[in-house]
Amino acid sequence: MTDAPGRISVSCTVNGEALTFDAHPFARMLDVLRESLRLTGTKEGCGEGECGACSVLIDGELVNSCLVPAAQAEGARILTVEGVADDERLHAVQQAMIDCGGAQCGICTPGMVLAAVSLLERTPRPTDADIREGLAGNLCRCTGYMKIFDAVVRACER
Amino acid sequence: MTSDKNIGRPVPRKEGRAKVTGAAAYVDDLRLPDMLYGVTVRSPAPRGRITGVTFGEGIPWDEFTVVAARDIPGANYVALILNDQPYLAETFVNHAEEPVLLLAHPDKYLLEEARRAVRIEVEPVPGVFRLEDSLARTEVVWGEDNVFKTFLVEKGNVDGVWDSAGVVVVEGEYTTGAQEQLYIETNGVIAEASAATGVVVRGSMQCPYYVHKALVKLFDLPEDKIRVIQTETGGGFGGKEEYPSLLAGHAALLAWKSGRPVKMVYDRAEDMLATTKRHPSRTRHRTAVTRDGRLVAMDIDFVVDGGAYATLSSVVLSRGTIHAAGPYHCPNVRIRSRAVATNVPPHGAFRGFGAPQSIFALERQLDRVAAAVGLEPDELRRRNFIKKGETTATGQVIREDVDLGALLDRAFELTDYHAKRERFARENAGARTKRGIGFASFMHGAGFTGSGEKYLQSIVGCEATAEGRIKVLAASTEIGQGTKTVFAQIASDALGIDYETVEVVQPDTADVPNSGPTVASRTCMIVGKLVESAALQIRETLKGAGLLGDAYTTEEFARACAAYVERHGALKTFTQYTQPEGVEWDDERYRGDAYGAYAWAVYVAEVSVDTLTYEARVEDFVAVQEVGRVIHPVLAAGQIEGGVAQGIGWALYENVVWRDGRMANGQMTNYIMPTSADLPPIRVHFFENPYEGGPGGAKGIGELPMDGPAPAILNAVEHATGLRLDHVPLTPEALMDALEPEAVGA
Repeated sequence: MTDAPGRISVSCTVNGEALTFDAHPFARMLDVLRESLRLTGTKEGCGEGECGACSVLIDGELVNSCLVPAAQAEGARILTVEGVADDERLHAVQQAMIDCGGAQCGICTPGMVLAAVSLLERTPRPTDADIREGLAGNLCRCTGYMKIFDAVVRACER
Repeated sequence: MTSDKNIGRPVPRKEGRAKVTGAAAYVDDLRLPDMLYGVTVRSPAPRGRITGVTFGEGIPWDEFTVVAARDIPGANYVALILNDQPYLAETFVNHAEEPVLLLAHPDKYLLEEARRAVRIEVEPVPGVFRLEDSLARTEVVWGEDNVFKTFLVEKGNVDGVWDSAGVVVVEGEYTTGAQEQLYIETNGVIAEASAATGVVVRGSMQCPYYVHKALVKLFDLPEDKIRVIQTETGGGFGGKEEYPSLLAGHAALLAWKSGRPVKMVYDRAEDMLATTKRHPSRTRHRTAVTRDGRLVAMDIDFVVDGGAYATLSSVVLSRGTIHAAGPYHCPNVRIRSRAVATNVPPHGAFRGFGAPQSIFALERQLDRVAAAVGLEPDELRRRNFIKKGETTATGQVIREDVDLGALLDRAFELTDYHAKRERFARENAGARTKRGIGFASFMHGAGFTGSGEKYLQSIVGCEATAEGRIKVLAASTEIGQGTKTVFAQIASDALGIDYETVEVVQPDTADVPNSGPTVASRTCMIVGKLVESAALQIRETLKGAGLLGDAYTTEEFARACAAYVERHGALKTFTQYTQPEGVEWDDERYRGDAYGAYAWAVYVAEVSVDTLTYEARVEDFVAVQEVGRVIHPVLAAGQIEGGVAQGIGWALYENVVWRDGRMANGQMTNYIMPTSADLPPIRVHFFENPYEGGPGGAKGIGELPMDGPAPAILNAVEHATGLRLDHVPLTPEALMDALEPEAVGA
């Protein structure tokens, strides 16, 4: 594997698909997803790991992709919001976000969906405190979070 | 055959699926062929003369498109109200971060290096940075006296009551800080422009026709050569009301000069440092009250800091002024108000639009007035709540069946207010964590103030397609609040057809009429009513053509549409706003019917104050309001919860730190908005009282929830601690100063 000057080649799995991309070694995973792979569901809200709009799962861990260097993706399994639904069938969290009014402007929603998916994988029956804690890294300016909490509860009832 | 199948029910959000799957396309998700990126080079100084611009070495400047004020084809101002704000400063800057130069390049990383390599040299001139200094005219930085606008509202005669026998006089001063809208999607646009085709702008915005109007002047082009398209918008809250007109102009100027599409998307720091915020304010109250708690006179002086240019300050001031006396009957009221200039980036629209500031002051003042005459805060308010037939400060006779006492009763029942009030007071002595409970009662007018709607003359269209679908044509934007869903509910019920049959067209000035800006809690009540009328005209046209009977199914309606289009061509109807009978407003004297309708509310906050860590937390929050008919229960509750969360942020967390006219904490790391771990349960309860002027009986709702939290919380903090704290945000530092004066050497 020969890298272009100043670039590295990275192989990983994104939403179940094995692929290789090349990038500047310090490129943010967020930019690779959005610009190289055109997976624009992952959003940039602050660029400093505060808002969670760029949340993705890397090897099952919820991370802010704006803080992850592309080089770190080598060999990793990455899940973005585009890979959460099973084709046409929405994930229980996505359906509950619609039903409960958990998405208003929608810009935090992809990150919030991944945070909720991650929470329910770790804690299938979360308490109110678990939900608040599990989503505390994802800022939402529209909802006041109440309807997002409702959505998480609804999703684990399914 | 109208129906009520959809109004009042939680139908699925129109764009819900796209938002939860990541498919919804926001402006930064779009990429046009051959596109450049654009950035802004800004003033490093808050006020001064531009003496030079230096382009640093090591940058291939010949690859860059560079735009300065001299490149502007039309007028160098953002057309809004006073037209005093330039697109690009030419010789003088009036605030830090003022735009001076624009750069574009295909490589956004190189572009950022280039932006840092440009030096704007400014010979400093003294400025003013605080509202008090502007009032004192330590420097005159705008016009002849630093004053953008003044209002005087007078009812009865306040002079002469102050010395009357049996009257208690209470004075107070209240201040509020700036607040960042902090939509999670920063401001952004993509522009294409050429002399041959005109200007096309796509972007995140609340008011496509504001941008349109501004670009017509900037480029000196005919209206049909400017096209503005709203993309999916990741929150606005007022922050995308007027600012996109400036940003769209910048991107379009770069596109015009380069001949290529240009994308400009701010990063978070730039958005926080350079764009508008809520106006800081100072309110002084002098209240005369009888010993049995009847308001006799209110003399109110309300001042807002508008920043360096007039932008929307006059209108923000207007709404703040009119709401300053609250939902109370008082025979003598005088409200004097001023919006003044300082050398900070212009303040602008933010949910509530001046009303949260003046209502904060009033609702703190009334707790003080109650104490002065030995009444409980709720009893004082009960004795003065405005009732049907009584008049507001502007002399507006209330025609609605308003019952604030019932809202208060319900809010107190839901919170167990009286028991807690008594119990907390008893248990707080000696406790490290003090508990408190407080409330605020208030109203919020829906729609533009006074004759605003009459001048706007909003238009909405409806189109029936050959497939039997209905398209709603309006410039009102979906910014998260549910415009598309609510309009579809209104149109489908007006026509008695299925909700799924109605589509609300994405705002594009080439396709939709000007239904006015998406602001002022006007979209549902004012524009929604026009949607209803335009939809009803479709039905009447089909009936008039003999294609539709009195009763029909959605399928029969579709066949009627198809038949009409085949025989007569396109079926489009348009409705324009007309002022309802009997609504009068005097712009000169600022008297009359300020708003077509008001939403009414009582909010209760329960707080804890940790006297060791100086942390104040809201432990429980109940929001009770009457907003006419609730069109969509889930969206409506979501509006209230979100507004309350922003209000809690404004009250306790969100502190804009200013240093020489520049925001010093322009990052989410140190400008703190509430997370899911910070907020209490927010419990929402609606009283429904259909308003005949609104679609399906609805009134406005969006801004209301911003008004109540801050005063309710500070009233609760006073109950917990006995401290009179009259500034928001109430930071832990401020609490420490108040709780431990010796610790700070006071």
